[in-house]
Amino acid sequence: MNAPQDNLQLTAWRGFSAGEWQNKVLVREFIQANYTPYVGDDSFLAGPTERTTQLWTELSVLLKEERKRGVLEVSAQFGSTITAHGAGYINKDLETIVGLQTDAPLRRAIMPNGGLKMVENGLKAYHFEMNPEIKEIFTKYRKDHNNAVFDVYTPEIMACRSSGVITGLPDAYGRGRIIGDYRRVALYGVDFLIADKKREKTELDHVPFTESVIRLREELSEQIKALTELKIMAKKYGFDIARPANTAQEAVQWLYFGYLAAVKEQNGAAMSIGRISTFLDVYFERDIAEGTLNEAQAQELIDHLVMKLRIVRFLRTPEYDDLFSGDPTWVTESIGGTGEDGRTLVSKTSFRVLHTLYNLGPAPEPNLTVLWSTAFPQGFKEFCAKVSIDTSAIQYENDDLMKPKWGDDYAIACCVSAMRVGKQMQFFGARVNLAKAMLYAINGGVDEKTGKVVAKGFTPITGDVLEYDELMSKYDIMLDWLARTYVTALNSIHYMHDKYAYERIEMALHDRDILRTMACGIAGLSVAADSLSAVKHAKVHIKRNEAGLAVDYVIEGEYPAYGNNDDRADDIAVWLSTAFMEKIKAQPVFYRESMPTQSVLTITSNVVYGKKTGNTPDGRRSGAPFSPGANPMNGRDTNGFIAAGFSVSKIPYESALDGVSWTASMTPDALGHNAADRVKTLAASIDGLFGPHGEECSTCMTTDAIDEKMDQLFHLNMNVLDKDTLLDAVEHPENYPQLTIRVSGYAVNFVKLTREQQMDVINRTFHAKC
Amino acid sequence: MALDKPAGEIVPAAFDADGNQYGYIHSIETGAAVDGPGMRFALFVSGCQFRCLYCHNPDTWKLHNGKQYTVDAIVAEIAKYASFLRIAGGLTISGGEPLMQAHFVGEIFRRVKHQLKVHTALDTQGFLAAHLPDEYFENIDLILLDIKQFDPIKYEALTSKPLQPTLDFAERMIRLKKKLWIRYVLVPGISDDEQDVAGLANYLSELERQAPGLIERVEILPFHKMGENKWVDLGMKYELTDTRPPSQEMVERVRAQFSAKGLFCC
Repeated sequence: MNAPQDNLQLTAWRGFSAGEWQNKVLVREFIQANYTPYVGDDSFLAGPTERTTQLWTELSVLLKEERKRGVLEVSAQFGSTITAHGAGYINKDLETIVGLQTDAPLRRAIMPNGGLKMVENGLKAYHFEMNPEIKEIFTKYRKDHNNAVFDVYTPEIMACRSSGVITGLPDAYGRGRIIGDYRRVALYGVDFLIADKKREKTELDHVPFTESVIRLREELSEQIKALTELKIMAKKYGFDIARPANTAQEAVQWLYFGYLAAVKEQNGAAMSIGRISTFLDVYFERDIAEGTLNEAQAQELIDHLVMKLRIVRFLRTPEYDDLFSGDPTWVTESIGGTGEDGRTLVSKTSFRVLHTLYNLGPAPEPNLTVLWSTAFPQGFKEFCAKVSIDTSAIQYENDDLMKPKWGDDYAIACCVSAMRVGKQMQFFGARVNLAKAMLYAINGGVDEKTGKVVAKGFTPITGDVLEYDELMSKYDIMLDWLARTYVTALNSIHYMHDKYAYERIEMALHDRDILRTMACGIAGLSVAADSLSAVKHAKVHIKRNEAGLAVDYVIEGEYPAYGNNDDRADDIAVWLSTAFMEKIKAQPVFYRESMPTQSVLTITSNVVYGKKTGNTPDGRRSGAPFSPGANPMNGRDTNGFIAAGFSVSKIPYESALDGVSWTASMTPDALGHNAADRVKTLAASIDGLFGPHGEECSTCMTTDAIDEKMDQLFHLNMNVLDKDTLLDAVEHPENYPQLTIRVSGYAVNFVKLTREQQMDVINRTFHAKC
Repeated sequence: MALDKPAGEIVPAAFDADGNQYGYIHSIETGAAVDGPGMRFALFVSGCQFRCLYCHNPDTWKLHNGKQYTVDAIVAEIAKYASFLRIAGGLTISGGEPLMQAHFVGEIFRRVKHQLKVHTALDTQGFLAAHLPDEYFENIDLILLDIKQFDPIKYEALTSKPLQPTLDFAERMIRLKKKLWIRYVLVPGISDDEQDVAGLANYLSELERQAPGLIERVEILPFHKMGENKWVDLGMKYELTDTRPPSQEMVERVRAQFSAKGLFCC
């Protein structure tokens, strides 16, 4: 767009390096032209201001009450929109950054567009009344996403859904995993963005009106309306965000308003904020240089923003909580990384954001995600390691792997999903259960728990012993069936989500023409891999019930388990991930020409998946939890931390571009005898796992690695904790209000997990001192 | 100079029918961060002539309780991790007492040092070292030297073997300019006596004075009873059932005794 630079812009952009970003929406170019890399250590950081401490104390009282009740309050009288609620405050006099989802802190909104049923069940679960008017609107006059999807589902999809071979589909709740480029609001002001959207729409005035053009034009109109509403929302708080932000304080506030509009309008499963730290740092540096901001004030702005991000809430149902436990919102902030020109993207504000975990104490949200680069300055590496050791609240994802794919301005949505900010979104697809699918292969499509036929037209294995080749050929065609059914379901869901629960404001903060991915996923990787390994390397006898259904397995002999850096088992896991991705790719249609991808991630649904899956040939008992994500089965990774990490590293990123999740727990004393050793060792270990590694020639007189077999770990979700602490927290939750633990791509307040999930976490492998 | 060679012996180098050198391994741990600097590949070999009362791995005492591995197999296993270990840590050979299988262990160190270029550490009490030539230690970057007591009588009561060979070894490593981490297991009633600790601290500071910087640290390892079950499983009587781990105050006091002598103690 070529809007003339008016005075408002000249003021807002004073001191910035000029560039094409001033004419077009190009946030990355702005950052690259203006940011200051920081290569020092954490010694410049400031503690909390008095205001911060007081505000957090007041909020803590509410949080305590919420923990007691589950849900503090609900604004149930009307559906939420960007402008539905008036201004709300925690304590107006203390807040330097303002704005709440409703008119009071922790009062949850209802968003019936996604599904009335979810709203009804959520209200019921926490003993709130449903407004009959809303019910009437959404039954009589207006269809919701949930109903629409079920209008088109096939009986086969329904059967898969209820048996649990496909679980967690976003057909009753908001799909999430869309990141608006909230930075645009601060840099350009809303009027500039509206003008740009109008330009995008006008360009489509004289093209053939295909269905996709008509859909896009309607969406662009909705986006423009949403941007207009965004201005109205900010007005309620006394701010005119039509113009760009002039100061650091305004930049944080404007950006947060953009995000706030999104969480007022959508209860997406994951509402990530993007990659904002180094963007904001440009404003901080300018104000500091102009003498209008000092370090304590800069930290205060970040602390106050983070407080707001910690209290983002959605009304959800108990079934949803079983899948995604601990009330997560995945306000993921991606920190660091390296630029395409080789300069580090670490800035002082990267430190400041992590420092909130000290100033406010540990917390699960925002989901602080370090885009770890082996090229990071040592000071930042060590600060991250220190934060992990002290708080267990952050995760690491491999920038060296992602940057070549997505450039240097991508962010993580939810747990491990990389997307270029404002230029890419995903159709979130939850996941299929690979372990249960294997049982279907054995039983010819009959569910081992219910005896119902879920997959039609398959013949079971009839022998008494599982033969590897026979099982593999049956499993192969069962996975074909699963991929076909799964993609059909996802196409249905996202067609309807676009139609009935379109993310207006989030998409308004994207370019018009974006990359869409169809983000499929797999669960039960380790169970399936170990089962196949058992069949291949030991002898697995089938036990049948009266109906002849295989319901249990007896293993004769030993088998190598995935997670010990033993190729005999690890290669099977690699095959599973690669083969299923190929089967997904082979599907004929992906809604909106999306690009199929896959994740190996379970969030906390590993517990539910386990519940829904019978005995498996690896020896796992019916109902027992799976390991999370791409983790080895609990207790089977007996060769130690590095071996387990190396096994997970073998899952090729190419086969799972939506992320491969590994959660590792270590006791502090296993990391070293003193604090300084622990920090250095953890930082070096992340480098060692994220850098290329693999088998080397042990007889050659050279250190040249065998090139074709170099692996890199994608994700490290790191806990540094004593098991005893967790056990004590189970018994005395009141003593651990802020105990934070990483589960699978996100963090939770440990005391908010169900007891079952707490025990699952405790039973996971802790790499301890031997 | 002639050293008194202590009783007890290094087992001869062993070769299988194909001429491959082999030895006995108790266990392998990847990701050990408390046996030398960084995150390490720890190889616990079997066999030990000591019978320390607080031993937490009594199942490593008998050589043949270990599993037989060739040097090639072990080096190939370490090679899988070499890129990681070069960045984040290294190889530590511990036990048991690694020098009981000095030929096997020495060959692993030689290959790992030269072929894989990985940092190497030997965790030993040094008792058998006098049997080995100076060249033996060329492939070892760091010695983790366990000195279990400084009073010779108490030492022998605790370990069943004399103290002097260990001290001889320490002095020899200083002459050879080897880096040392001294490890001292702190057991109430056994190794907590203030005089004994002071004796060791004086001794070490004297060594440190001769060759500044070589004694990189003194590690105080608080006694724990995680090995008790193993004693029971092996049908042996565990003498320290009633012994408690040292208090934090005691650990601090002992650390302070070493620190006061200018030693880095953690």
